[in-house]
Amino acid sequence: MKRFFARNAPAYVFLLPWLIGFFLLALGPILASLYLSFTRYDMVSAPRWIGWGNYEYMFTRDRRFWKALEVTFTYVALAVPARLIMALGVAMLLDKGLRTIGLYRAIFYLPSLLGASIAIAILWRQLFAADGVVNQVLAMVGIQGASWITDPDTSLYTLVVLAMWQFGSPMLIFLAGLRGIPRDLYEAAEIDGTPRWRQFTRITLPLLAPVIFFNLVLQTIDSFKTFSSAFIISNGTGAPADSLLFYTVYLFNEAFKFFRMGYASALAWFLLVIIATFTAIAFFTSKYWVHYENERD
Amino acid sequence: MAGLTLRNVGKRYGAMSIIQGLNLDIHDGEFLVLVGPSGCGKSTLLRMIAGLEDISEGTISIGGKVVNDLPASKRELSMVFQSYALYPHMSVRKNLAFGLQNFKVSGAEVERRVAEAARILQIEQLMDRKPRQLSGGQKQRVAIGRSIVREPQLFLFDEPLSNLDAELRVQMRAELASLYARLGTTMIYVTHDQVEAMTMASRIVVLRGGKIEQFGTPQELYTRPQNLFVAGFIGSPKINMLQAKAKRGAGGTVVSVAGMPDFAIAELPTDDQALTLCVRPSSLRVGNGDITGEGTVRLVEYLGSETLLHIALSSGQVLLVSDNGRTSYRMGDAVKIGFDLPDLHYFDSRGQRIEVIQNESQAQ
Ligand SMILES: Nc1ncnc2c1ncn2[C@@H]1O[C@H](COP(=O)(O)OP(=O)(O)OP(=O)(O)O)[C@@H](O)[C@H]1O
Ligand SMILES: [Mg+2]
Repeated sequence: MKRFFARNAPAYVFLLPWLIGFFLLALGPILASLYLSFTRYDMVSAPRWIGWGNYEYMFTRDRRFWKALEVTFTYVALAVPARLIMALGVAMLLDKGLRTIGLYRAIFYLPSLLGASIAIAILWRQLFAADGVVNQVLAMVGIQGASWITDPDTSLYTLVVLAMWQFGSPMLIFLAGLRGIPRDLYEAAEIDGTPRWRQFTRITLPLLAPVIFFNLVLQTIDSFKTFSSAFIISNGTGAPADSLLFYTVYLFNEAFKFFRMGYASALAWFLLVIIATFTAIAFFTSKYWVHYENERD
Repeated sequence: MAGLTLRNVGKRYGAMSIIQGLNLDIHDGEFLVLVGPSGCGKSTLLRMIAGLEDISEGTISIGGKVVNDLPASKRELSMVFQSYALYPHMSVRKNLAFGLQNFKVSGAEVERRVAEAARILQIEQLMDRKPRQLSGGQKQRVAIGRSIVREPQLFLFDEPLSNLDAELRVQMRAELASLYARLGTTMIYVTHDQVEAMTMASRIVVLRGGKIEQFGTPQELYTRPQNLFVAGFIGSPKINMLQAKAKRGAGGTVVSVAGMPDFAIAELPTDDQALTLCVRPSSLRVGNGDITGEGTVRLVEYLGSETLLHIALSSGQVLLVSDNGRTSYRMGDAVKIGFDLPDLHYFDSRGQRIEVIQNESQAQ
């Protein structure tokens, strides 16, 4: 034990800033919020212990909680596949066409980086507003567009479309994965007369499965946590008619609008459970569909 | 099965010309080997035939049909890659069947062909393994099996044995040769290993810098190399090269080589003064020949079946002599070194072969 520390001391010195940050800024608040989730706390008077009260209220009496779950799950179910398909599509185009030039990759990444930003969310709001660009274009071909964002039937889909445009980081990971597939596999397939579509389904997809898996887990977690775009487009309320009441938006309102810190903490912990569950499912099912090149059996 | 014709075939990458004006007629059922140093364009040429690279100039025809604009899949050929290119996520069985399933081949027929290929290549017990669970030689067999099941009219091989160790290479070489004997399909085989080329080919193309240096049977290449490059490239240990001067006089030409006695030849069909003489190590001997010189043993390499002697002439040039291995020379020994005139190859100052008429009396 002593030897271990002696030998690794320099490593710990370098890790120190991170360790301090982790314990003070991450682990501390995490544990505090776990405690708070069992209390009633309005940030003025001291937290009061109420046991499972918050969780009980959440599952049995809070209709907005269920609405938030519904909105968030719908969004995740649509946005994650949409984004991954978009990311894979663009990655394949880049892998084929613009093989050499790194600049193009940066250009393609750019809107995605912006896509995550608040500015783009605001821009999105104007694009899809009742008199926004989208409707103006539709009007030119004689279609009367809906007021996409203020109509509860369509508002969520505008966010799914926005999510598609945030394909940047999964796209880069796909691109790296595609580059890792030896070209001569496709050449062998080509000589053997394999149609492009079969090359894609029988060679590209199986060999890309570990990367798809990685992106799927990452994007699922990310999408459950979607906040800024929903917050901005719904003016921070989840309107219209709670159709954009994302889980995080609801949590934020409970915490910082109504100062129900204890309840908000309970909401946060349940979100953690959801994300952990999905990650676990993905992990334990992966062996049935992911081919790892270096696995041993 | 089909023959192959190349007419003025060229390949350019941008301004860079990789292959220029290549003409070749490959007979139906021939085992053609492409050899040449690294980067001479062997793979490129093979890939042009396969349809993996487009043809910048000229035409390629397979079985009398121009295939320039035919996609790879329609050329009825199969290719074995140096890297094997096995699909890593599929079992051996699926690897073998995959290509067939693209053509209108019935399930029963696919099974029959896969089983047949597995039997020929003795990989029946490996059918359910994944490529990563195979040794190099086994992977190689699967790769060959994958091309056999297609029953193509033309087989292409790009250095299929270069990733194997020496022993396995010899074994696979023999297996490929017997496979060829049994199928009789036209094969084009790329290698930079001249032993592979010599042992397997019905004819060899020696390529250098995208041009054909010589095209002929292994015997022709060995006994009558058309230029210095082929002379040096074919044959192991490497041929000896000697600078020589030719002096014309009455009744013949006198050839002089530094460190050896002058000798006369009847006729030299060139005006060049500077010649290069080549003689194979196996044609040199320690002792007397038609021409005999003096030398000193510099190095003895005992190889078992033969001994390679490095012998320095008085001029300082070192010649390789292949000795039968039953003699025992040591470094520093002064020895006689001899060769017979018919074993000499003559090349002019541009490195092209010249046929020399030997002086009858001396060649006795
Ligand atoms: N895509 C390409 N773009 C430009 N030049 C290329 C390309 N592919 C090959 N070359 C060049 O063409 C020449 C011939 O390459 P090729 O792969 O045919 O050589 P090779 O004879 O197969 O060599 P080796 O024995 O090393 O495999 C090389 O000089 C190579 O650099
Ligand atoms: Mg090559």
